[in-house]
Amino acid sequence: MPLSQAVRENLHAGDSVAFEGFTHLIPHAAALEAIGQGIGVLSRIRMTPDVVYDQMIGMGLVRKLVFSYAGNPGVGLLRRLRDAVENGWPRPLEIEEHSHAAMANAYEAGAAGLPLAVFRGYKGAGLATVNPNIKSVTCPFTGEVLAAVPALRPDVTVIHAQKANKRGDVLVEGIVGVQKEAVLAARRAVVTVEEVVDDFAAVHPNACVLPHWTLKAIAVVPGGAHPSYAHGYYERDNQNYLAWDAIAADRERFRQWMQDNVLAATPEDFAERVAKLRSVK
Amino acid sequence: MEQNFTAQDFTADEMMTIAAARALGNDDVCFVGIGAPSAACNVARLTHAPDITLIYESGTIGTAPDVLPLSIGDGILCETAVTTVSVPEMFRYWLQGGRVTIGFLGAAQLDRFGNINTTVIGDYAHPKTRLPGGGGAPEIASSCGQIFITMKQTKRGMVDKIDFVTSFGHGTGGTARRDLGLTTKGPTLLITDLAVWKTDPESGEFVVASLHPGVTRQEVSDTCGWTVRFADSVEETPPPTALELQTLRDLKARTAAAHGSAGGDA
Repeated sequence: MPLSQAVRENLHAGDSVAFEGFTHLIPHAAALEAIGQGIGVLSRIRMTPDVVYDQMIGMGLVRKLVFSYAGNPGVGLLRRLRDAVENGWPRPLEIEEHSHAAMANAYEAGAAGLPLAVFRGYKGAGLATVNPNIKSVTCPFTGEVLAAVPALRPDVTVIHAQKANKRGDVLVEGIVGVQKEAVLAARRAVVTVEEVVDDFAAVHPNACVLPHWTLKAIAVVPGGAHPSYAHGYYERDNQNYLAWDAIAADRERFRQWMQDNVLAATPEDFAERVAKLRSVK
Repeated sequence: MEQNFTAQDFTADEMMTIAAARALGNDDVCFVGIGAPSAACNVARLTHAPDITLIYESGTIGTAPDVLPLSIGDGILCETAVTTVSVPEMFRYWLQGGRVTIGFLGAAQLDRFGNINTTVIGDYAHPKTRLPGGGGAPEIASSCGQIFITMKQTKRGMVDKIDFVTSFGHGTGGTARRDLGLTTKGPTLLITDLAVWKTDPESGEFVVASLHPGVTRQEVSDTCGWTVRFADSVEETPPPTALELQTLRDLKARTAAAHGSAGGDA
């Protein structure tokens, strides 16, 4: 279905939403569609909030952020996020901060239908003293004290992936991150894909496939991960990530850039943005 | 073939990366932090440790990138890996499961006990500077067999007391690690642009073991926020060999050509 419809029908004001992607397959087009529709005051979840979360936060669309690493990978800090945390601009941002191990375990627990995740972690770590959702449990068999965090159960998970087949099953390849766990942990899942193929006949039997009945909506958006990437289709636009640092440094420049590149853009623009990054086949 | 380089022939940064690379062995399984650790780990792989297993937290195991990745999830890491696993599997089976011998980390702020802060400068609730946060580091620091740290020396970075303990090193020293139930070694080595430091097994403090060529004790003390301890016999770090220097420079040049900048340095 069209991306605008997929977003409108599944994301509602006040939802907790995870736009996941571990550097790879970040659903930029879907996130920008949500910004364009002004769906706001959401609690956002993401292991590695990067540029697209900086954009949502800078537009004042995020009340609370659950995360484990908030940086522009390889470049530095997220300046809109910093402005919100340090200065409350454009609105204060509540944060619930974890480690990667905690969030990965919490998504897995959500997918497994468990109320909590148990793992060996947070020993001596400062986060355990500032995040009340980090607790501990004692193993009833060995007596070992282990870290416990609540399972993640987003209202909606949005991911990008490579392919859907005609039936609507989705194939995820390369750095799969937490795409599968985040989808299965969510009440509703929306996926954007590069293309639709007839079937997955040639796909390896152990490939990461999300059956169609685990998903609420699929939209075909070639280039929909840009400036992130889609393994086998196009490369990460590292220049774009480097450029973001300067754009986000200034409130006015940021607002103007958002007006020109997001609010006035359409999903079709993404195909053009990745044209020069296409993998040589 | 081997030349005797003097301190004028290489930069302090190059010496740091090469000294860090030398600490890694062919049999190591190393969890690689982005930035300076990534450069060091790949120089090791391209020189004396061709069979080292490099792991990035994106789930890429046994990766062998031709250029340094800008992020921990660049496509080249997956394309050159032995296998790519999900992030939950990465942290549960491989890291928590005890399969990683060395975690190689950078730091924004570091204290003499190897505790690392990458979370905030200032108060947590009202920070002066909000940093990206821990990512995988809190559990890398506790689950890997031992931890190596590499960073440039500054008084702002190497401080008497860090603002936030993102990743636990030796706490307040002594038996603090064991008291918490940690059975791994924690930080054992610190490689800066001026010196190689080793952890005193009794006190848990970093002690200067060797000074890089041309570096004085005074320079090390002047760029460090804690009172520096020197080993009883401080050696000179062997200067880079021609192979090490060429390998590092070629890697940086390929990286710059690929990313259009000195990628991998951030």
